[in-house]
Amino acid sequence: MKVELENLTKRWGDVFGADSIDLEITDGELVAFLGPSGCGKTTTLLMVAGIYKPTEGVIRFDERVVNHVAPKDRNVGMVFQSYALYPHMTVFRNISYPLKLKKVPQEEMQRRTQQVADMMGIGHLMDRKPAQLSGGQQQRVALGRALVKEPDLLLFDEPLSNLDARLRLSMRGEIKRLQLELGITSIYVTHDQVEAMTMADRIAVMREGKLLAYGSPEELYDRPRTLFIGGFVGNPPMNFVDVEVVQENGAYHARRGGFDVVVPPERGGQAAGHGTVIFGIRPEDVAIADDGVPGEIYVVEPLGRDDLIDVRMDEEARVHVLADPALGLRIGDNVKLRFNTDEAQFFDPETEQSLLWA
Amino acid sequence: MAETVVGAEAGVARAQTSRWAQIKATVGAWSFMSPAIFLVLVFFFIPAILLFVLSMTDLASSNFSDPWTYIGLENYRRLFSDRFFPKILRNTFKYVFLTLGFFNVGLALVLALLTSHINRRASFLFRLLWLLPRITPSVVYIVMWRRFVQTPPYGIINWFLSMFGVERQPYWLTEMPWLFVVLVNGFVGASFGMIIFTSAIEAIPKDLFTAAKVDGASSWQIIRDITLPLLRWPLLFVTTYQTLSLLVSFEYILLLTQGGPGLYTTEVWALTAYKRALKTYFGSHAWGYGAAWGFILVIIGVVMSVVYLRVFRFDELVQEPKIDVL
Repeated sequence: MKVELENLTKRWGDVFGADSIDLEITDGELVAFLGPSGCGKTTTLLMVAGIYKPTEGVIRFDERVVNHVAPKDRNVGMVFQSYALYPHMTVFRNISYPLKLKKVPQEEMQRRTQQVADMMGIGHLMDRKPAQLSGGQQQRVALGRALVKEPDLLLFDEPLSNLDARLRLSMRGEIKRLQLELGITSIYVTHDQVEAMTMADRIAVMREGKLLAYGSPEELYDRPRTLFIGGFVGNPPMNFVDVEVVQENGAYHARRGGFDVVVPPERGGQAAGHGTVIFGIRPEDVAIADDGVPGEIYVVEPLGRDDLIDVRMDEEARVHVLADPALGLRIGDNVKLRFNTDEAQFFDPETEQSLLWA
Repeated sequence: MAETVVGAEAGVARAQTSRWAQIKATVGAWSFMSPAIFLVLVFFFIPAILLFVLSMTDLASSNFSDPWTYIGLENYRRLFSDRFFPKILRNTFKYVFLTLGFFNVGLALVLALLTSHINRRASFLFRLLWLLPRITPSVVYIVMWRRFVQTPPYGIINWFLSMFGVERQPYWLTEMPWLFVVLVNGFVGASFGMIIFTSAIEAIPKDLFTAAKVDGASSWQIIRDITLPLLRWPLLFVTTYQTLSLLVSFEYILLLTQGGPGLYTTEVWALTAYKRALKTYFGSHAWGYGAAWGFILVIIGVVMSVVYLRVFRFDELVQEPKIDVL
């Protein structure tokens, strides 16, 4: 099922929960609403579920406007951060509850509930109450309950945030695979950009009720349209340094103090002549080398596979670099940095818009 | 098991420390419970025993010169052979269960459900208003009711009825004494359950209601399948607590009907006990006989508590203590 949000707005008095959101989700797509807490992603989700009435705007399921359709008639399944399992019901009754409400015959209800529970790997826990289950099992029950009624749309509200890191990783994969297999259009609300990057076909980045960007993970990662997206998407986050871009002998240079790197003309050309601009570069595009921009190591954070090195180039300019732990770098070492400027980003410091992908 | 590994001596030492820890834990537990035990002893057990002792005497104002004559179970024989004993017993249960069912639990639950579905501010105000009769002195409250039901030109109810052209305007209290006995008590009694139920409903995580709505439940189905089952504990608590408090309450009936109209029409057990012991004609206070009535009421209360505890399986609701043993 296709979902379309048009100028969707939710206001409580003067407070905007969501501010004119426009976006379209194609059939079978998994879209992540990504943003810090209080950005309006859950508000938008609850409007799609029918719990909140939009102040303005239109929600369409396929061609049908559903603004005034009650939640029970929208055929959506929802999974919550708190799991929201009914504590007084057994696993079986939790999963079968949507079917019971639909007055599905007993026998079919039994069969479908068992089938979903088996798919989720909790078929043997049918008689337990939620309090007798682990967090991961509870989340599986919640997923089962959302899936059992064969919804046209699945809504996830930070479903993995209450799980421990390892379980989160495996559930992430499972949800993604399940969604692909069943081909159910899904909205996935999260504040974790790794989750959004790994799971979503497209990501809607939100802040303060507004939709800032909507695109595939690669698009957001490679072509961030604003400073906020550049800094928010990607882990560890992008480095930002104030520079001035000048053209010299046909080559573009990004410069500040002792920092001077050559940037490719298709990028440098866009940033030249703007005075001071913000130069953005991801940690994986900076390398410790034999020659390049000099700096002093300020902090070394071992991440296991890499060391995350914080290098101070001058008083105000610091960059994070991913380096090979085998290099044995230590705090205080003097190093040289080489920048892969093919991936350089430039932003206007005033408007915070990208100078490359306007 | 561990002892065999660490050796016999260490095992003994460990057993000793664990015994010491056990003693400490026991003492700790008892010292925490002691204030409550003290109160229950002083204000329940000792009075109940005194009451029983008193009920075996003929202590009364008519023979005060020669008090404390032990007469065995004579007072109880007299009580059970009282012509009105069955009626009073019936009245008592009628009063308790009608008030409980329709008001203290029934209306309280309805009000709690209604107020939790409306705007917070409005519901707060509503609950506050509903609490007013509870903090109004009983006498003022009852005098107000007696005015309500009066014949013209005093009665407000009749005044309203005349607006609708109803000709018959009796003194409603003697017309339908039971209706008003239950109503007057229930109107006040409902506020207690309402407060308890409201806070219990508000304590239910919002996500559960959202989930139920998304699952396809209507408002009524949400109340039936989610809210009510999750109110089990407060429901049982209010039912039990209010049963016991209604059993021993009589002041509104005393002020409203004095057990009448006519012979024992609305007289309940607690009122009889009060009248026998402390409000008999010609100043003849039959303390011993009244104590017998009172003691039977204690027994009824205890039996009902035990029945409730069993039927509602309170022990299942009591969780393992969350505090670690000291």
